[in-house]
Amino acid sequence: MSELGIVYALLGAAVAVLLSGTGSAIGVGIAGQAAAGVVTEDPSKFAKVLIIQLLPGTQGLYGLLIGFITLSKIGVLGGGLADLSVQTGLLILAACLPIGVVGLLSAIAQGKTAASSIGIVAKKPEQFGKAMLFPAMVETYAILALLISFLAVSGIQV
Amino acid sequence: MAVLEMQRISICAMKRDRKAILEKLQSFGTLEVNHVIGDDPDFVRMDTAGQKMGFEKAAASADQALEILEKYAPEKKSMFAALEGKELIEPETGRKVQEERRELLKTARAVYDLDREHAEQLAAITKLENSIESLTPWLALDVPMKQKGTKRTSMLLGSMPGEMTLEKIYEVLAEKVPDAAGVDVHIVSAEQSAVYLAVICLKEDSAQVEEALRSEGFARPAQVWDDVPAYQKKELEGQIADCRQRIAQIEEKIRGYADQRENLKIVADYYRVRADKYAVLGQLPQSKRTFVISGYIPKNSAAQVGEYLTGKYDCAVDIEELKEDEEAPVILKNNPFSSSMEGVVESYGLPIKGEIDPTTIMSFFYVFFFGMMLSDAAYGLIVAVVCGILVHKYPRMSVGMRKSLKLFFYCGISTVVWGVLFGGYFGNIVDIVSEKFFGAKVVVPALWFVPLDEPMKLLLFSLLFGVIHLFTGLAIKGYICLRDGKLMDFFCDVVLWFMLLTGLLLMLLPSSLFASIAQMTIVFPEALNTLAKVLAAAGAIGIVLMSGRSNKNPALRIALGAYDLYNITGWLSDVLSYSRLLALGLATGVIASVINQMGSMLPNNVIGGVFFILIFLVGHAMNLAINLLGAYVHTNRLQFVEFFGKFYEGGGRPFNPFKENTKYADIKEETLS
Repeated sequence: MSELGIVYALLGAAVAVLLSGTGSAIGVGIAGQAAAGVVTEDPSKFAKVLIIQLLPGTQGLYGLLIGFITLSKIGVLGGGLADLSVQTGLLILAACLPIGVVGLLSAIAQGKTAASSIGIVAKKPEQFGKAMLFPAMVETYAILALLISFLAVSGIQV
Repeated sequence: MAVLEMQRISICAMKRDRKAILEKLQSFGTLEVNHVIGDDPDFVRMDTAGQKMGFEKAAASADQALEILEKYAPEKKSMFAALEGKELIEPETGRKVQEERRELLKTARAVYDLDREHAEQLAAITKLENSIESLTPWLALDVPMKQKGTKRTSMLLGSMPGEMTLEKIYEVLAEKVPDAAGVDVHIVSAEQSAVYLAVICLKEDSAQVEEALRSEGFARPAQVWDDVPAYQKKELEGQIADCRQRIAQIEEKIRGYADQRENLKIVADYYRVRADKYAVLGQLPQSKRTFVISGYIPKNSAAQVGEYLTGKYDCAVDIEELKEDEEAPVILKNNPFSSSMEGVVESYGLPIKGEIDPTTIMSFFYVFFFGMMLSDAAYGLIVAVVCGILVHKYPRMSVGMRKSLKLFFYCGISTVVWGVLFGGYFGNIVDIVSEKFFGAKVVVPALWFVPLDEPMKLLLFSLLFGVIHLFTGLAIKGYICLRDGKLMDFFCDVVLWFMLLTGLLLMLLPSSLFASIAQMTIVFPEALNTLAKVLAAAGAIGIVLMSGRSNKNPALRIALGAYDLYNITGWLSDVLSYSRLLALGLATGVIASVINQMGSMLPNNVIGGVFFILIFLVGHAMNLAINLLGAYVHTNRLQFVEFFGKFYEGGGRPFNPFKENTKYADIKEETLS
């Protein structure tokens, strides 16, 4: 059954991209609804609210990053599949979990925060700098998860 | 690195010079009016609210006219219009427009009236169209709708809901009014939901017939027309055509005013400036022959303004230092490099009294961290070149915009440096292109090391930079304590923490935990190890004992101290927060390589080459945009949360001088003296 190793590893890459991408899509969606509301009232705030709407989108990129590194590590990209044991495959799967799960949940939370921050920009556009900071606070935890996923994936010997 | 020192200037002058002096002060724009004289029987204040409102209204009506003009005859604007800033006009033009100001206000009024008529005509069209719609079912009727009948008969017009057939109606009539003879029912038109009827009956039966039909839902039309419906429709259509013609005329006429746009802008600004002047005038304490104006002025221009005024008018100018308890408005003053980061500090909050301006120290860290997070030489070059060109090309852009662009210019340069250190040029474009199109893989070596290959090394450096940044913040706090002579605070809140943190760091370095992370073992001499322990222990004990020093109750004091010691976790999370320097840098690099990889999977021919370029352009543009945003947001966060958290609160009031607050155009400065 040692052929399953590569399957687990690929599953890991999929989990990283899938979950964090879903989270970002939801987060950007939530923020986008708020942003669209502001722009109907005042189209001149488009650029500012767009920037805040984009903030929950980074988790998806972090997932992509881990997914890509995993793919290139197990040789899916280069053509020559690596010969992985089940244990190594599961290790890689486990390594991908942090950014997947944290990416999913933090992006949704960040989306809600971003929606509220868009409310700040709607009422007090001069407080843009502060408004941008609140979603960024949430993102810290996605960054920490990314770091652990990255260190773990690149640390596993294939 | 400083907050501009403020002084109070008080000018007492003759009333006859009032207008000239106020206008001069307004054009200098260096004085924030702030009166300290309270109610005094010798001084009265003029009530200028009425005039002020009049000017504001005039400015608003010119603004409105401009908006309307923009709607009918949009001004052609370039993509970078926002960067161009306000126009600069000759004083001569300004004066000419001022003389025509009444005419121009009439123009504004005319434009406004035309716009209103335009709206009314549109509303009329809608109404006429509704009428036509209600008329449509009756078009087949060839007698006027208001026709009641003949001498002996009467005609009932109305609609019935549902799919009524002629038979069914006759059935109803036969059942309910069997006596009525010779009732004649015509269906004028039928829709899915209703039929429209013309019923002719004898005059004496009409009430009964109508009652019978009404029980089945018969209702008379809401609107009855004098004429035959077909004629009526034609007439209504004629009216609509008239309205449309009038609308076209109005639009033409409004467009005809488009050449007044520039003048309207100048006149709007003129009234805006005058409204401000009257607002100030209303605050001035005035006696019978004199008036006083007082306010904050930056020290460096106080003497100059004073000399100018005393030289030209009969007036007394008094310049004094601010009182202890006075909270002065704030202007930041920094070297040309750091001043571009003033916007960042402003968005957090200006320094309050007693704080120092953190801009200069922050600016170096800012640029340093920003570059590290973006860390791609090509991206940095693009940012720097674009911002550099824009700053150079649009000299009249607003001050805030200029500062932001300069900020990104410097950050771009820093990004280039970090990109060269880490070997990132559009990710790994050089490897990919050389391998794909030229057959030989060329790797541009990193000047320092490649983060992707040695992430732990970069993580350690990130945390090290973080520790330096945080310690700098704590040191600034120490400096403020020392400057204010608070030795106790300096020792307890700064020195003890330095001891504790340095001790802990020194204990960590030789430990096996650090060795496993860094993959190298550091061995300190025994004395240093002991010193580390002593430092940490002394710091910790000191903090427990001293943090709650304001509290008299010894038990509570120790408890507060222990709680303060718990802040060590705060320091830990602050330091770990700098791991984003690594993570964001990696994100830029890896996603750039994903884009390149995607491009390189295409076949190696002309079409493949074209698509490669396409993917390259779109992909890297997106990656640059999103990582630029990320680097900006997270650099701000590191400054605001981690760095400012150590010593800076903000909350100062920005300097808001009495000046010519124009919206559209500035008038060229005439020679000062």
